[in-house]
Amino acid sequence: MSARALRWAIPLAVVPVLALLAYGFRTDPRDIPSPLLGKPASPFALTAFDGKPVSLDALRGKVVVVNFWASWCVPACYDEAPSLERAWQAYRERGVVLIGVNIQDKEEPARRFLAQFRHTFPNAPDPSGRVSVDYGVYGVPETFFIDRQGRVRFKQVGAVTDELLKLQVEKLLAEPA
Amino acid sequence: MTPELGYAVTVAALVLAVYGAGAGALSAAKGRPDLRASSERAAIGVWLLLTACMLLLVYAFLTFDFSVRYVANNTNRGTPFYYRITALWGALEGSIILWGWMLSLYTLIVVGRYRRTQPQLYPWALAVMLGISSFFLLVMTIPAPPFERLSPIPADGRGLNPLLEDSGMITHPVALYLGFTGFTVPFAFAMAALIIGRTGDEWITITRRWTIIAWYFLSLGLLIGGWWSYHVLGWGGYWAWDPVENAAFMPWLTATAFLHSVMIQERRRMLKLWNLTLIILTFSLTLFGTFLTRSGIIGSVHAFTQGSIGIFFLVFLALVMLGAFSLLAWRIERLRGRSELDSIFSRESAFLLNNLFLIAAAFTVFFGTVFPLLSEAVKGQKVSVGAPFFNLVNIPIFLALIFLMGVGPLIAWRRASAENLRRNFLLPVAIGVVGAALCRVLGVGNLLVLLCMGLVVFVAATIALDFWRAARARRRTGDGWLEATWGLALRQNRRYGGFVVHLGILVIALGVAGSQAWSTQTEATINRGASVELAGYTIRFDDLQPVEESNHFKVVGTFTVSDRRGPYTVLTPAKKFYPQEQTPIAAVDYRLGFMEDLYLVLGDFARDGSHATVKVQINRMISWLWIGGLILTLGAALAIVPEPRRTAARPRPDHVVVA
Amino acid sequence: MTRALTLTLLLIAALAAVAPLGAAPVSEETVHEIGGQLRCVVCQSLSVADSPSETANQMRGIIRERLAAGDSPEQVKAYFVEKYGLWILLSPPRQGFNLLVWVVPFVALGAGLVLVLLLVRRWSRRAAQSNPGPAPDAAMRARIQREMAEREP
Repeated sequence: MSARALRWAIPLAVVPVLALLAYGFRTDPRDIPSPLLGKPASPFALTAFDGKPVSLDALRGKVVVVNFWASWCVPACYDEAPSLERAWQAYRERGVVLIGVNIQDKEEPARRFLAQFRHTFPNAPDPSGRVSVDYGVYGVPETFFIDRQGRVRFKQVGAVTDELLKLQVEKLLAEPA
Repeated sequence: MTPELGYAVTVAALVLAVYGAGAGALSAAKGRPDLRASSERAAIGVWLLLTACMLLLVYAFLTFDFSVRYVANNTNRGTPFYYRITALWGALEGSIILWGWMLSLYTLIVVGRYRRTQPQLYPWALAVMLGISSFFLLVMTIPAPPFERLSPIPADGRGLNPLLEDSGMITHPVALYLGFTGFTVPFAFAMAALIIGRTGDEWITITRRWTIIAWYFLSLGLLIGGWWSYHVLGWGGYWAWDPVENAAFMPWLTATAFLHSVMIQERRRMLKLWNLTLIILTFSLTLFGTFLTRSGIIGSVHAFTQGSIGIFFLVFLALVMLGAFSLLAWRIERLRGRSELDSIFSRESAFLLNNLFLIAAAFTVFFGTVFPLLSEAVKGQKVSVGAPFFNLVNIPIFLALIFLMGVGPLIAWRRASAENLRRNFLLPVAIGVVGAALCRVLGVGNLLVLLCMGLVVFVAATIALDFWRAARARRRTGDGWLEATWGLALRQNRRYGGFVVHLGILVIALGVAGSQAWSTQTEATINRGASVELAGYTIRFDDLQPVEESNHFKVVGTFTVSDRRGPYTVLTPAKKFYPQEQTPIAAVDYRLGFMEDLYLVLGDFARDGSHATVKVQINRMISWLWIGGLILTLGAALAIVPEPRRTAARPRPDHVVVA
Repeated sequence: MTRALTLTLLLIAALAAVAPLGAAPVSEETVHEIGGQLRCVVCQSLSVADSPSETANQMRGIIRERLAAGDSPEQVKAYFVEKYGLWILLSPPRQGFNLLVWVVPFVALGAGLVLVLLLVRRWSRRAAQSNPGPAPDAAMRARIQREMAEREP
């Protein structure tokens, strides 16, 4: 154990640990990949703020975009809201449905949010949180893109942009039913 | 004006620190007293400039100077006065100033104490400390400048993180950092010893008190952190094995190991290499903890902002570890002692086992904390490692350590004979078994809790037995019991200070075991006027009131709690709504007791106050944690009292075998 | 005296062992137990059982619902893993690569124990070789003991 060279094993032993820590810079602990990608989207049946029923099953064959939001989600939900409305206006005639799910919120602030952005696509509250857990939601905003066969194809954590919406929707529209 | 001035002061301090480190090193290498004096003046200068930085920042806080970004981010016009001062260390940049300032203060104390008494070690130690100060000043200058200007100047600031508006926040970082930075001094002297090749016991003897004081503040910081978690975060627990809690716990574990193993070096001149390794590990772990909080590589409740600061810390950590261990490797020849042990049944063995278990615990905590990173690197899969893992692996280790706490102080050095073992341990073991049996009869079913209780009683009995025997012997000289015990404690203050610290740990262990085993809780939604029951208490929901505070709005629920004898107390848990926060913050209300705490958290409520959801917890023996902390304080204070001058100081004979 | 004491101890221990145990767990406890193994997704390191957040509240409600619908605790946990990934478990399952985290600490402790024992053996052999030393005889030993007992223990 007194070999002259062996002593340098002590400082060298530190290197792998430092390397692992350095690797840590390339990862984001808050970015959890969704296990739902490629799997069938969970069905849900909610009642929108305007009283109409909102159900996923009824939309088989269309491209569905589900957006989870909350009125206290500042600034991201507020940033993306106009993009969502614009996308809805652009694609609603082409077989795309946009649904907003409001989680962990109170009715009044939620309605005020909808009024502020003049959303015309269906928005429903999820009072028990069942739908948000069904989709593995861990923060707001999160947006899911569901193809015509009802499978989840893409999940966006954080605000969506016009470009992203266009990209994903066009891709899914191009696929056969 | 203020941002620019503050930045200039920071840069000046950095330049001075770098110069001082260089001058100190040069003066030590070439033996030039003029350079040494210059380096000392630099150290004084650094402290003065850092104090100026702090005062400038506090001034900015007090005058609502929102041109300073840090002030704008951490206070607003509604923030109460005292929090505006303590917001100084409420976020990343300020915490670095606090660390740097404490380091400069310690450097100053080192200058004062050792410039005449340690002419050989001191210059190098000073150089090392100024070098470390330079790093923190560098961080203050480049990645995390506290004096960054905000333009345009906002009308109002963002405000302090509401979870930090608490007395725990005022004291926890201060205590914790006093602990962390305190370990820089033994580390600096260890490096000095390695550099000049005086690898004997000197550096340990010099820094003994520093180690105890730093260890104590670290313990205090951890306990206050637990207290803060308990009464602010609203979950009724005090330790969640959160990565940053772990990061502060690891150096505590290695520091405890170090505290004990230096006693073997003092007595038997063994384990020199090991002790140096331990202090390097301890200091590195303090840096690692700081790195973990600020780099964002592992998510945590403490995580400050990301940015390039993580890279700075990692590079510095790499330099320190590689440098220190290389120094160690270079001097390894001088550290090889002829270690000798007489018997496996000896205090030396007990201390070795103590070190083994503490290091095993530190390794476990480390491995569990970085495993998510490892899993992602190797398998690309994200996993969580949390409480179930840490508890499973650490509990047996801690139980073993409790057992050793009883055995270690009483077992003989060198070789414990059967007679010695019988005399010291038979009675305490018996009392321990009786204690465990008593708990069983009282209804405790959990085997681990029983084992813990039995061990705690065993250790308490060993301590009591030692005190009693020693005091009884002193009484033969005519003292009363109180005088005898007091005199004994003062005369052998290190030993008895250690005993009192062990007693404090025991009380904490009891608190942990009791709170895990016997706490109970329930959650219910109740209408106004209705009640919910738990463990003999009836909690009635009376009222819900909105209240406007200076920087937030809160809804306060009023709950009357009664027990069998009638109304007991009124608790007012609330939900606080801060404009800058996305979700409301729960404000817990509680009634503390010796054996039970009554703890109420307000959940959802109806706007009109017709019903509310409340979580009720009866947390048992949590107060024992804080009481244990007090006892710990007394023990640590006793241990560092300067030894009274003895007229005829005779070295204790340690080579007479007493059966 | 020693024998009597040992026998008494054994008796007490035996009596204690047959004392009755606690009652069986109730459904709310099961919710708490399952919740204790799931990670609260919006907190850091807190379990769903402990966390005061709204998300955890809702997740506890879902656990309650599923248990009421007849799912076993394992099935409830599997449901969450299906939706969130392995990450939602507060400690990784003991399979595959994750087995490492459960095993390595114990292996390290065991290796450490072996190392310490080997060192102790080597060092005590060294001591035996180098230091016989004159041991005091029985009479001297008794005298030393007596005098020390009279002063300080």
